[in-house]
Amino acid sequence: MDITKVSALQLSKAIRSKELTVTEVVLAQLNEIRKREPLYHCYISISEEQAIKRADEVQKKIEQGEYANSLLAGVPIAIKDNICTKGIKTTCASRMLSEFCPSYDAEVITRLEAAGCIILGKTNLDEFAMGGTTETSYFGVTKNPNNINYVPGGSSGGSAAAVAGGEAIIALGSDTGGSIRQPSSFCGVVGLKPTYGMVSRYGLIAYASSLDQIGPIGRTVEDCAAILQIIAGEDKKDSTCAINTVSPSLKAIRQSIQGKRVGFPAEYFEEGLSKEVRIEILKVVQVLKECGANIEEIKLNTSIYGVPAYYILACAEASSNLSRYDGVKYGFRASKYEDLSELYKETRSIGFGTEVKRRLLIGSFVLSSGYYDAYYNKALKVKNILREEFRRAFEKVDLILTPVTATTAPKIGESLSEPLKMYLGDSYTVPVNLAGLPAISVPCGKDKNNLPIGFQLIGKPFGEQEILQTAYQYECTVQKGEK
Amino acid sequence: MEITPETIEYVSALANLKLNKEEKIQTKKDLEQILGYIEVIQELDTKSVEPLTHIVQRKNVVREDEVKESIDREQILKNAPLIKDNCFTVPKAVDV
Repeated sequence: MDITKVSALQLSKAIRSKELTVTEVVLAQLNEIRKREPLYHCYISISEEQAIKRADEVQKKIEQGEYANSLLAGVPIAIKDNICTKGIKTTCASRMLSEFCPSYDAEVITRLEAAGCIILGKTNLDEFAMGGTTETSYFGVTKNPNNINYVPGGSSGGSAAAVAGGEAIIALGSDTGGSIRQPSSFCGVVGLKPTYGMVSRYGLIAYASSLDQIGPIGRTVEDCAAILQIIAGEDKKDSTCAINTVSPSLKAIRQSIQGKRVGFPAEYFEEGLSKEVRIEILKVVQVLKECGANIEEIKLNTSIYGVPAYYILACAEASSNLSRYDGVKYGFRASKYEDLSELYKETRSIGFGTEVKRRLLIGSFVLSSGYYDAYYNKALKVKNILREEFRRAFEKVDLILTPVTATTAPKIGESLSEPLKMYLGDSYTVPVNLAGLPAISVPCGKDKNNLPIGFQLIGKPFGEQEILQTAYQYECTVQKGEK
Repeated sequence: MEITPETIEYVSALANLKLNKEEKIQTKKDLEQILGYIEVIQELDTKSVEPLTHIVQRKNVVREDEVKESIDREQILKNAPLIKDNCFTVPKAVDV
């Protein structure tokens, strides 16, 4: 069994049938990481000792009959480094938190461990999840395993690259404006951003709390569904977490999509979208039709206001959330200061990188007196219009098909000097976060530079089943065609 | 929109950031370009639209006021950059 290609479900089956031990799996994965890490640099920290120790514990428990209902018992997983792990450094790829070691686990970590998963290490990201290339990390650039001259996308670039490059079987990312879906698309893996409130954010280091959501990245749609089942559901420690949610079973997502209505918003396929991406997604339309889905044109006119509204709200929330980094309670502290005010300023000016500072300044501006109504409040109204537009669209269709990104991954070093251009790259993904919807990114081809192309399926609030089901049918049909 | 040096001073003070000369020039450029772009949302008529703050409509999430164990002090202080007598240390903030 090739650990760099296998799915998590196949692997856990092999463990349960005693074909492999958990220790063998973890050692094999760590060995691949050691070989590949110098090339791709997916991780900020690798918790080798803890993982080996834990593998032994989990193996014993499996033998004693524990984790009987867990689909992923014994499977190692990589975690984006903005999700708190007790006793393992959690840096947010920032100098500010470069030595920070959480004293508690995020709720998703507690649930993964209860299901018998093993934490391999913490993956690279854009500093504080702000960016779309993973180049703003304090710990260096992650390379796209499909072509190492290109970025893996971001901000969950380390997680997506690890899954694509054989350094992890599955991973967790977080998505505020596309940070799971865009790198998944750029790296050629499956990434799911759940409905806002589906997964607890307890222990996720906040960027923009009203938009942030944790989600899975995997090699298959089923793996993502299996992870969602483990991490989703009410958590009393996160009051924005929804109650009475049901995450779809594997049986449910294997159902036929005969008669499903798939919305096709023409606005998302107009100017700005590269020809190569458009061609591949139009092929997806054909496959979905073959699977029995009905494609219906819909209108999503206000989506063009998604990017400006997103950057106002995300930067505003960031400027508030990141005010906690003051060099007093935890994190980096500047070495030279005269008084308390200078301690704050020096610490923050040295501890944060360029992109984080840029967003904090934008956020402070849009919230400042005289501009609050024109920007922040206006953006909240745009958010309402966007949600309403999606709600109306979902009266006609069950899910919506769009691109994830306008182009394939850019070259390393080409994006950071033009922030506005980089922000506009998020135009297909941010409306989903503003409306709090679930969406999945699924690979559907490659361009001439061997760089993957993905498509996005957007669902109704808590409509994870429909998007997973459709993605699964697509995946099966395409695989059959290849055989 | 033109961003004046006073605005840069004001905004960086709000964000508790100290900008050097080059950063100030860059910030002026960035703010002008990005704010110039996000201005486009003003086109949308939002007179009859309410601002939407919470996407999940849950109201007054409360819990029982129970005494529970919390993370111990020593553990928390391990992450502090400077401590003295089991407390966080900061420069003198009040004249006595």
